[in-house]
Amino acid sequence: MDTIGVLMTCPMYSYLEQELDARFNLFKLWQHSSKVDFLKTNQHKIKAIVGNTKIGADAELIDALPELEIVATFSVGLDKIDLRKCKEKGIRVTNTPDVLTDDVADLAIGLILGVLRNICACDGYVRSGKWKDADFELTTKFSGKSVGILGLGRIGAAIAKRAEAFGCSISYHSRSQKPNSNYKYFSNVIDLAKNCQILVVACALTEETQHIINQEVIDALGPKGVLINIGRGAHVDERELVSALLEGRLGGAGLDVYENEPEAPEQLLGLGNVVLLPHVGSDTIETSNAMADLVIANLEAHFDNKPLLTPVI
Amino acid sequence: MESIGVLMTCPPNFPYLVEELEKRFTLYKLQNAPDKTHFINSHKNSIRAVVGNAGFGADAELIEQLPKLEIVSSFSVGLDKVDLPKCKEKRIRVTNTPDVLTNDVADLAIGLMLAVLRRLCESDRYVRSGKWKKGDYKLTTKFTGKSVGIIGLGRIGMAIATRAEAFSCPISYYARTEKPDVKYRYYPSVIELAANCQILVVACALTEETHHIVNREVMNALGPKGVLINIGRGPHVDEPELVSALLEGRLGGAGLDVFEDEPNVPEPLFGLENVVLLPHVGSGTVETRKAMADLVVGNLEAHFLKKPLLTPVV
Repeated sequence: MDTIGVLMTCPMYSYLEQELDARFNLFKLWQHSSKVDFLKTNQHKIKAIVGNTKIGADAELIDALPELEIVATFSVGLDKIDLRKCKEKGIRVTNTPDVLTDDVADLAIGLILGVLRNICACDGYVRSGKWKDADFELTTKFSGKSVGILGLGRIGAAIAKRAEAFGCSISYHSRSQKPNSNYKYFSNVIDLAKNCQILVVACALTEETQHIINQEVIDALGPKGVLINIGRGAHVDERELVSALLEGRLGGAGLDVYENEPEAPEQLLGLGNVVLLPHVGSDTIETSNAMADLVIANLEAHFDNKPLLTPVI
Repeated sequence: MESIGVLMTCPPNFPYLVEELEKRFTLYKLQNAPDKTHFINSHKNSIRAVVGNAGFGADAELIEQLPKLEIVSSFSVGLDKVDLPKCKEKRIRVTNTPDVLTNDVADLAIGLMLAVLRRLCESDRYVRSGKWKKGDYKLTTKFTGKSVGIIGLGRIGMAIATRAEAFSCPISYYARTEKPDVKYRYYPSVIELAANCQILVVACALTEETHHIVNREVMNALGPKGVLINIGRGPHVDEPELVSALLEGRLGGAGLDVFEDEPNVPEPLFGLENVVLLPHVGSGTVETRKAMADLVVGNLEAHFLKKPLLTPVV
């Protein structure tokens, strides 16, 4: 298969790069100063794209590759792929569901505990020597608080399962109510936000869910409420989030994603009621390996004319 | 009851507890006294109760100085700072604050596990310092599915197990005796437990037997990929050995809420990114401290009203 051209859009994981290089004719988009020239020269060789949450496959890139057959994303999120264009051109799309579900759910719980129990601030407090002068202030309990989940897919359900072990009551909003679920359903995000203390964003990013967390929702969550975002930055109106936190209209936030990564809003950097992570939801060695294996396996299956393992289209 | 003297041996820095005690009793704050011996001498005939905490309790010396002492009510569940044999001998009642703090401590244990394995505090600092603009943070290691070994399967140990199970962690434990109705795997020694788990949690009471129960051998058994979580007491762990094990890479990481000489923490740990260091905040939430205070006051009231104690130990 090493004559088959695969285009990797940006550096994502050295193990994946090595494995792709070993099996295919690997092109690394970021190594070419003129992308236009590079694509013109090599467009007929490239049959597959491997993208991720930073650079996927937009209409422009797809149009530049007439031999493109498959887009395999090193992520579960598909917001950086022009799915409509792929459908239109009969291009297959695969992602990496399931293998990263646990890691992202673990991180959501980590963010909740980090915000409510102020774990990061406490660690900083000890390291700076301040504990010698005074005890840390009291924080707030996690166990038993109500958790509202926006999007009850694989990740949302995994978060719910974990939160239940902490005695939390679970409610959710999604496009449609899930018939087999014991959790309380709210038909809109505002009611969900009004009725929970911790709101977790765990849905896919689509046109409909852009800024689904807006000022109204944030106000409904309130001065004692906490927002946790392990979805996409664009789910949240970030400017509104910042003013709500600065003005005390929102109690706290745990964020793994932002509207303009790798930038986190400056005004948040000094706050004690937020935890800010650099989009590490699935970034463990174990999961990255599993994700890479899935990308490779999907590509191999495609070029062997076998069924794709995790097709989206 | 205002003429009943209560001696608070711990720092009087929780206003709610101080107020509630002052409403009902004459409260003597030992930590505020410039000359503690003189203070105790002046008031010893009025003091019928002691309120202590995890850091300051009632040792034999203090008990001997208080001839009217009837009850020690600890603002903690741990009793290692109360001389229980002496209290028994002198028929002094002892109460603590079990149950109300179980969830908070268990929550923190899980928080420490996630923070160490997923490097939450390091990552948060990475963003705040602007480093993320220059490159992604490195890969960490998964929590879900890792084996968790618990030393002590009491209320807190069980609560930790329940939570860890939701992360599909296989649970094993060491306790003085195997628990008959428990589905988790039992190991008859701490070393075997440490050799057979990836995350070892200290959740037992501190007694003479459990002093330094986590020693060099145990840490070596836990190993270079193992993580130690201590939400018990500092003296459960041989702290100098812990520091060298971490510095030499014989132990993979540690999440610590307690230390041998609080509030002092071994400085060599400050430079390590595979440790999380918390200032003994296991039960430090508004909700739980209030519940603990209510229990302390409730026990004292019950005693002086000759009603059954709420949470007696002795």
